[in-house]
Amino acid sequence: MSIADTAHTTPARTERLAVTNHAVPTQSALRAALVSEWTKLRSVRSTVWALILTSAFTIGLGTLFCWAYLNRRERRGDSIRSLLFDPTARSLNGVVLAQLAVGVLGVLVMSSEYTTGMIRTSLAAVPNRTVFLAAKTIVLGMVSLVVGMVSVFVAFFVGQAVLDRDGLGTSLSATGVLRAVLGAGLYLTLIALFGLALGTIVRRTPGAIAALFGIVLILPLIAQAFPEPWDVRIGRLAPFNAGQAMFSVRYDPDLLTPTQGIFVFLAWIVASYLVAMVMLSRRDA
Amino acid sequence: MSTVLTQRMIELQGLTKRYGDTLAVDDLTFDITPGCVTGFLGPNGAGKTTTMRMILGLDAPTRGTALVDGKSYRDHRFPLHEIGALLDAKALHGGRRAFDHLLCLAQSNGIGRRRVTTVLEQVGLADVARKRAGTFSLGMGQRLGIAGALLGDPAVLMFDEPVNGLDPEGIVWIRTLLRQLASEGRTVFVSSHLMTEMAMTADRLIVVGRGKLIADATVDEFTSQGEHWIAVQSSNPAALAAILTDAGATVQKVDDSQQVRGLKPIEIGDLALGAGIAIYGLTEQRATLEEVFFGLTGDSVEYHGMLGSQNGQAA
Repeated sequence: MSIADTAHTTPARTERLAVTNHAVPTQSALRAALVSEWTKLRSVRSTVWALILTSAFTIGLGTLFCWAYLNRRERRGDSIRSLLFDPTARSLNGVVLAQLAVGVLGVLVMSSEYTTGMIRTSLAAVPNRTVFLAAKTIVLGMVSLVVGMVSVFVAFFVGQAVLDRDGLGTSLSATGVLRAVLGAGLYLTLIALFGLALGTIVRRTPGAIAALFGIVLILPLIAQAFPEPWDVRIGRLAPFNAGQAMFSVRYDPDLLTPTQGIFVFLAWIVASYLVAMVMLSRRDA
Repeated sequence: MSTVLTQRMIELQGLTKRYGDTLAVDDLTFDITPGCVTGFLGPNGAGKTTTMRMILGLDAPTRGTALVDGKSYRDHRFPLHEIGALLDAKALHGGRRAFDHLLCLAQSNGIGRRRVTTVLEQVGLADVARKRAGTFSLGMGQRLGIAGALLGDPAVLMFDEPVNGLDPEGIVWIRTLLRQLASEGRTVFVSSHLMTEMAMTADRLIVVGRGKLIADATVDEFTSQGEHWIAVQSSNPAALAAILTDAGATVQKVDDSQQVRGLKPIEIGDLALGAGIAIYGLTEQRATLEEVFFGLTGDSVEYHGMLGSQNGQAA
């Protein structure tokens, strides 16, 4: 459509002639910002794609990992490794890739504001930076919690159904299983928020995604370069390894306990948010 | 609905912004009063945009304050009800539909969906409300930005170079809109680097150069500051020049006429009549706003005459 189709040579009249001292809505700034951020999130296509990928990786890869295990040599006989088999963790393995999709969504929620220039319009509408970041965090957190939880539960049930063909599956009522599945869903949610914090700190999409992938995927590899026992001691503090402790059922001496895992992972999130908040408040938009 | 006119305005007090060694905005102090269009004029790079960004709380001042309606911008809970601004028509997510773009802005300030439809109609974008903003032309983007500024029906409006890059029709539209908004009693603050544009829309001019305040006056005061002379064409320029100089005037020959300063037209006519010189033309002339503007900002233009020697380029 060309401008000529829509242009009026005279602006249409506003309803009033004198500027009135109209009432400003009484609701809280955060409440209004939440509604606004929900509209923002649902009105761009990248959100839908990132969430579809998150779900597809969690469920699809989890199922594939379980199916592949049925054909593994190591489970034949009574080898130590087959005794250590963790059917819950196996069915949740898709989280390795899904975390990248949901993490990128988190990055985009903030970095797209900066790369498009929308941030200047957004902050002129919501000048309180804390309210702005809080609204984005809550909306993104809720959406990724719902999508993450649904995905991990579907992945768990489908994965166990596959493993049950050889009688290897477990159930939610077994010790630690429900905790592990919930842990995986929570992990995906928190990775999204980690991405949001990184997007706020870095402000550019490629840089923030590189930081996210680096910390989540590369950090555990770097830790392996340390001499023993520091490779394990440091490695298990990396976000992904701490997260793995959250969604494993069987005890792994190289990982933290589930409770330690969630606290270490939360520490990462809190630290990234502190830096993000300081930068958002101090830097010019 | 009450129709109380509140004195909402923008107040700058010693506003200063430093980037490294450069003072982008240097100790600006002025108020912007309601009911008129205040032009914010200066060459590119004079600090106009930076000033507006500080008013909106986007950039923090190095020193000084900028208040909107008596409060710092960041202290407004729902600022769109107080001040609507368009700094950059491209400051939006191109993947979002025009309607959704305005909706998320409206919701952030507790404004309803109906108002979004109203402002879209007001700026003539109702037909393309479902199109993604990234597909819009510059003129349509500008209208969308203005729709965003009007969402909260604010008493103060601020536009940065609103006619830049627009076609003639768009320019007329903006001019009419600015005048109309001011006639409704609103405070309108609009920047430009084009003096002629401002002369057509503004009542009051604030001129800046290199971040400093150069002039703050009404458009009329502004033009009367400029040079003023009388162009005379006569049958005997040489003789006339001698007579007028004797009477205390200065005479300068320009092309086929003479520029006379220091005498009124009636005095020139009488003197010519006494000497038997026929007057063919006698017109009062004054410097255009543009010339006054160049006179004021000539020293402050950041990059003049430095082409090629500097990596900086006025943009």
